[in-house]
This record gives sequence, structure tokens and C-alpha cells, in this order.
Amino acid sequence: MNGVHDMGGMDGFGKVEPEANEPVFHSAWEARVMAMNRALGATGEWNIDMSRFSLESLRPDVYLASSYYRKWFLGLERRLLERDLIAEDEIASGHALRAGKPLKRKFTTADIGRVLTRGSYGRPATAPARFKPGDRVRARNINPTTHTRLPRYVRGHTGIVERVQGCHVFPDTAAIGKGEHPQWLYTVCFDARELWGDDADPTVTVSVEAFEPYLESA
Amino acid sequence: MQVRVRALETVLAEKGYIDPAALDLIVEAYETKIGPHNGAQVVAKAWVDPAFKQRLLADASAAVGSLGHVSRVGDHLIAVENTDRVHNMVVCTLCSCYPWEVLGLPPVWYKSAPYRSRAVKDPRGVLTDFGVALPKDTEIRVWDSTAETRFLVLPMRPASTEGWSEERLASLVTRDSMIGTGLPKRPQDGVA
Repeated sequence: MNGVHDMGGMDGFGKVEPEANEPVFHSAWEARVMAMNRALGATGEWNIDMSRFSLESLRPDVYLASSYYRKWFLGLERRLLERDLIAEDEIASGHALRAGKPLKRKFTTADIGRVLTRGSYGRPATAPARFKPGDRVRARNINPTTHTRLPRYVRGHTGIVERVQGCHVFPDTAAIGKGEHPQWLYTVCFDARELWGDDADPTVTVSVEAFEPYLESA
Repeated sequence: MQVRVRALETVLAEKGYIDPAALDLIVEAYETKIGPHNGAQVVAKAWVDPAFKQRLLADASAAVGSLGHVSRVGDHLIAVENTDRVHNMVVCTLCSCYPWEVLGLPPVWYKSAPYRSRAVKDPRGVLTDFGVALPKDTEIRVWDSTAETRFLVLPMRPASTEGWSEERLASLVTRDSMIGTGLPKRPQDGVA
């Protein structure tokens, strides 16, 4: 979706402001939100692409005005409500008013190792890769209203395939419950002048990780 | 937010969806065990061990996995090497993808709109915000983490560190130098 989350190349957000000696969390609730997301993510009730899509689907003004962990909290609430795992009246009362539903997997202290390790998104190939390193490709001009990982700033632009990263779960279908449909993934490198015009810094190149359906020969 | 978060956690625990003790363990791991010191150890090893460096650049998941960190590495970690001619910088413009296994949780600035919007359009300007000025002819290579691949920058080893131990070298490796928005500390910065 063409949401405000797709920020590459936008102007007006100001300087980057690094914080010296930044703590891991700025408040205790941030840590709980992070941990709840990890623990519930491990139950299999949704996948990582569904999580991302729920954050992107926050209202643009809410998205921009919310801190990272506030977005995580709002996205988590949304996913729990959408699946009827909790209800609005329970959020309001701060207590369970009905029994919980059975989860696909239960997450306990014995499963900690599992959430501390990144999941695996590589999948066996079902077809040969269409592109190889060195190929010129154009990012397609696609504008789905659902989740995609092709940022707007490369759409329609031509780059060079630099690496072939294997076959991976396709976020565009996984995010909307339509299956993993593994696709070849490529690192595609663009000259900054191709993306931003002749005045761009000629020493800069930018790459994205692009799934095969995002690309066409150029 | 504290009240809202506590309310949600209570509801989820009462419904049997989460075990607060398990949440405690997750928080503890990210506060005490998983952080940029893991990545710094990887970088320092690559600086002293050419065979390890070669393995790291060929398959970072396997190379880092062999070190036995608390948080095992996912399948798709990629190390990119800074040289005299090329400087690498990592961003996620669409959300905040970051190599948690080797760097811990991302800092606020990495997740912020200013960084996510500008890193791909004006990386030199962003580096200026971090007090980093590279030679004008250094090629800047920005990696936008738009899939489940994750990137770790292998910074250049600072001068005048010949004969240093891995441990001492690791003390020079900053988190930002492994994202590409900073450079490692130098011996004269007085840290080791």
C-alpha cells in the first residue's frame, strides 16, 4: 500500500538525532510491548508480514505521531481484535471477560530460544531464477492497496541485479493470508541519479531487496 | 501508555495467551545478552583472522553462527565490507528491519522518519548529522533492507592497532560503525 510508512526519499522530517548512551528501552512499557509481540508472534496466529501490514494500516496521522513501540502496541491490539482473540470491552476493563481461545501454538518459558532466533524465510525453489547478477532490470510500477515490499522510490526505475538471495516467502501474499508463494529474491542496485535525477550525488548507489514479481527485464 | 500496556498484558495473561514470566525472560535477554557487543566481537575477529573474514563475507549467517552467541543468527545475514573506496550504510525505509541477532534492538534514530526518509536520498547529509565526513570521492552504498535479508557493515580496522587482541579491538567497534552511520573509534580516542 502507498502508505506513509514508505518513507524513502521523502523530505521535511528534519535532521537525524542520535541519542548518546541510549538505553535499550526508554520506559518499562516499551519492553513489555516488545516481549508481548515476540511471544504472540511465536504462537503462529499471524506471520511477520501480517504484523507489518497491521502497522502500515494505522491511520497516517497516528503512524507519524506514534513512537515505534506505540505503533507496535496499536498494531498488536488491532491484530488481536481482528482475530477475536480479545474484545473491546476487555481492553476497556483491563480484564478477561471471556475464556481465551486455543492458540495454534502455546508460548512458554521453554520456548525462549525460539523467539530470540530469527525465523527462516528461505524456501525451496519451484522454478529457475529469471535473473542473474549483472542483468538490467526495471522495478515494476505496481501500486497494490495491500502489503508490498517494493518501495515507491524505485518503481519504474532501472537497476542492476547484484546478488541472487535465494527463494523466499513472498510478503505480498503472506501478509493477506494467501500463502507463502516463495519467490526469487534479488539485491538490485540503482544509481542515485537514476532515482533522484541528474543533480544527485554521483558517488551514491542504493539497493533494495526485490522479489522476482517486482521486476522486469530492462 | 504504561496503563494501557499493563491492561492489555493482564487481559492476555488471564486468557492464557501469554506467560508474564516468559515475557520477563525475553526482556532480560535483550537488556543483558543481545546487543552490539555481539557484532563487535564478529568485527574484531574478522580484523585479526583473514579466514574468518572470508567466511563472514561469503556467508555471514554461518560464520557468525559458529561463534555461539546467545541469539542464534537467522538464515540471511549478509556482511558488507567498507574499504578505502566504498562506504556501506544500512537502512530500512519501509519499517525498521535490523540485524537484532548481532546488534540488539535498534536505536530510536534508526526507526525514525528522518533517517528512513533521507538515508536513500541524501546519505552524505545523514552522515553529517552523525559527525562523519567521508572523502568526496568515496563511493557510498546504501542497503535498503526491504526483505528478510539483514546487513552488517564490516568497518575498516583503525590504524595503529597492530598486535591488538580481539577483545581490545572489539572495544573500538561502535554500534553505529556496524550500521554505517559511524566509524570505529581510534586508539587516540582513548577508549582501550
